[in-house]
Amino acid sequence: MKGTSIRSPLAQARGLGAAKTGIDHWWEQRLTSIALLPLTFAAIVIVMSTVGRNHAAVVQILGSPFVAVIMLLFIFATTFHMKLGAQSVIEDYIHSKPVKTAMLIGNSFLCIIVWLACTFAILKLSFGV
Amino acid sequence: MAEQPAQVERPLSPHLQIYRLTFTFLMSGFHRVTGVVTYLGFFLVAWWLLAVAAGPNAYAWVQWFFGTWLGRLVLFGFSWGLIHHSLGGIRHLIWDTGRGFEPHEREWLARATLIGSISLTLLAWIIGGFVMGGLR
Repeated sequence: MKGTSIRSPLAQARGLGAAKTGIDHWWEQRLTSIALLPLTFAAIVIVMSTVGRNHAAVVQILGSPFVAVIMLLFIFATTFHMKLGAQSVIEDYIHSKPVKTAMLIGNSFLCIIVWLACTFAILKLSFGV
Repeated sequence: MAEQPAQVERPLSPHLQIYRLTFTFLMSGFHRVTGVVTYLGFFLVAWWLLAVAAGPNAYAWVQWFFGTWLGRLVLFGFSWGLIHHSLGGIRHLIWDTGRGFEPHEREWLARATLIGSISLTLLAWIIGGFVMGGLR
């Protein structure tokens, strides 16, 4: 666009309304935090229900469909929320561009790895393979 | 050609050290700290889930670690961080509706978050440790 119009940037933007994008990060952080309130409570209860039990009993608890679905939702919302939150922290405190970029990439990869690892574990327990 | 203007010592925007340390300020920072702590703590959840899926041997290792005093301390810190960050999240969601910004409301919310997180964490450990027999 630069140099192709003699109209000022303001004149070009005026009347188009809001950008309609750009609040994704804020919105997704709220969305996942709302989801995590009941999910975290449920996950704590589930983990507490495994306290003092042997391996076979824990496998049975985590593999049961209702528990597994709650745990899968909890894991997804948590790792998504983790990615968003750590991104904010990195963007706020890391000022070197290459270090910041590397950390943002690392954060995304790490959260996806944790999500997949936990999800795989629950699915394996559920399907009993 | 005009001379290069000398670097003017402009005032910087106020930063951390300029503000009076208030309780709400501390709790705001603590929300972020507990977020990072919970981020790290979730790796323990991943380890635990993978160990359960891997089999009795791997699970025995996790159980051994969580049974040591260091493991219990880490778990306690993680559970407190998680619960505190959850309650802090409720506080932020209330603020998102435009409510709770009056001075006494801010103080009350910050206090309730801290007292609530400590109480709920202790309650969870009392139930898990003594009622369900986790701390044998």
